[in-house]
Amino acid sequence: MTALLETRGLTIRFGGLCAVDCCDLSIQPGQLFGLIGPNGAGKTTVFNMLTGVYLPSEGTVHFGGKLVNGRNPVQVARMGMSRTFQNIRLFDELSVLENAMTGAHQHARINLFDSLLRTGRHFREEERQRDKAYRLLEFMGLEDRAGLPAKALPYGHRRRLEIARALATEPKLLCLDEPAAGMNTGEKADLAKLIRRIRDELKITVLLIEHDMKLVMGICEVVQVLEYGKTIARGTPAEIQSNPRVIEAYLGGG
Amino acid sequence: MPRTIALLMAGIVGCYGLNWFLSEFIEVVYVDYLNLIGLSIILAVGLNVVNGLTGQFSIGHAGFMAVGAFVGALASILFTYGEIAAGPLEHAGLAQFLLCLLFSGVAAGVLGVVVGAPALRLRGDYLAIATLGFGEITRILLTAQDSLGGPTGLKRIPKMPLLPGASGWDGGTSVFWIYLFVFVVIVLAVRLQRSTFGRALIAIRENELAAETMGVPSARMKVVAFVFGAFFAGIAGALYAHYQHSVRPDDFTAVRSIEVIVMLVLGGLGSVTGAVAGAVVVTLLPQLLRPIEEALGIDGLSMVVYALLLVTMMVFRPQGIFGQRELSLKLLRRLIPGRRKESP
Repeated sequence: MTALLETRGLTIRFGGLCAVDCCDLSIQPGQLFGLIGPNGAGKTTVFNMLTGVYLPSEGTVHFGGKLVNGRNPVQVARMGMSRTFQNIRLFDELSVLENAMTGAHQHARINLFDSLLRTGRHFREEERQRDKAYRLLEFMGLEDRAGLPAKALPYGHRRRLEIARALATEPKLLCLDEPAAGMNTGEKADLAKLIRRIRDELKITVLLIEHDMKLVMGICEVVQVLEYGKTIARGTPAEIQSNPRVIEAYLGGG
Repeated sequence: MPRTIALLMAGIVGCYGLNWFLSEFIEVVYVDYLNLIGLSIILAVGLNVVNGLTGQFSIGHAGFMAVGAFVGALASILFTYGEIAAGPLEHAGLAQFLLCLLFSGVAAGVLGVVVGAPALRLRGDYLAIATLGFGEITRILLTAQDSLGGPTGLKRIPKMPLLPGASGWDGGTSVFWIYLFVFVVIVLAVRLQRSTFGRALIAIRENELAAETMGVPSARMKVVAFVFGAFFAGIAGALYAHYQHSVRPDDFTAVRSIEVIVMLVLGGLGSVTGAVAGAVVVTLLPQLLRPIEEALGIDGLSMVVYALLLVTMMVFRPQGIFGQRELSLKLLRRLIPGRRKESP
């Protein structure tokens, strides 16, 4: 089986700092893949290289068999990779529904004049986006807040809205950057269920960056551990949990 | 689409009615204020798409207006007289006039692409400086064109076409034409805002990286917004030229660009209603203050009061008169007490 996402020797240097060093990832279609590591391990930097925000210094990223290097975030999004952000980046002044609709914008098959002249195609497109966004809000349990401005949402809901918006782009791969950060135990349990449903019901491959070991170990099938930009372990959650190198990285060398 | 045609018809009839009413009952000096307000509205509503909706700070709007004014004026002069020469003013033909406006809008719009595509890669202050530079370069280049009259510009620009049944009073058709385009720009701006493209523009303003990650092509969408503003600035320029019957490059200094920004900030950046309100206030206020200045005999007082009002406004209501809200039936209903329904 060919991997949906594959990186080879992915490396990035900022001046003298090698933030990510020779990272090899291989994510199969339908997998729930966890990328973990202590603070500053380079997890988000990997995400930024995958999604075209940073250009890798060395190494390649292939998505669905196509080379990603050198494409910008818009092109990567259109290839079918979508993400959320560790520091939430919603469109605060737009409503919750409109935020999700923005994710569907890239699939609009109308031009500006359809909208300015209000042709039939404009109204059909608006309805398509509205339906899609509303269904995803329902999926994420936000449908009763659809009309609120995004800035009025409480923290946990903001994280969910980011996921709904990313799903509206109809991705093949969803990259979640610490979706459980700042959530309490109950919210984390709900989130774990949601992530599993995204994979099982929507058939979307998920790449998860997370600090919360319990969450990652509970839902991911394969886990890879980064430390100071280097991969120190890769395997099933059970293997990772018993790996002495990982325990050392997380608890500190003693 | 049928609604668009009906709306346009309604706009034409409405503006004709307004034009007739004003020419019958209102003194010319007030009609003049109204026309200046109308031109300001076209400029402000167009620029609001760039500065308000998309959050790209452009301060070179007068440059596009200048290009539109000179292109439209030159085309109109050549259509009507065949050459640049002295003589009594005539009315432009209807078809020629519309064609001139189209030329103006397209010329400014094309320039919008040429300037916008590179300049919009800049952010914040840098974009502001680049657009300011564009505006000034345009003005200086126009000043240097002897074929366009140099610093004295073009004169003897034809009047706007006569309307059937309207009085022959000078400028008697300007209200119709100016407000027809006020109507058009407002309708199109509102429609743009309430579409997938408008949401994409706001997304760029709110968080450009997130917008791009969602597949919004921010570079292209910013140029689209820029061209929208430039197109209508071009039209406003052509209307201005036909209204004044003469244009000079110095009609389009950076001060005019900044005046349009003041309208937007005062009315509320990002709100079409705010842009209209700002245009009305900024255009009218100096005129209203002038009688006070004359009565007290202190020269320049009106400008002091005007500036003080702006400062006060920014201190106590920095989001502008309307903020990002729009005047809508919903808002009106909320403002009328007693009839309030609890919304779910």
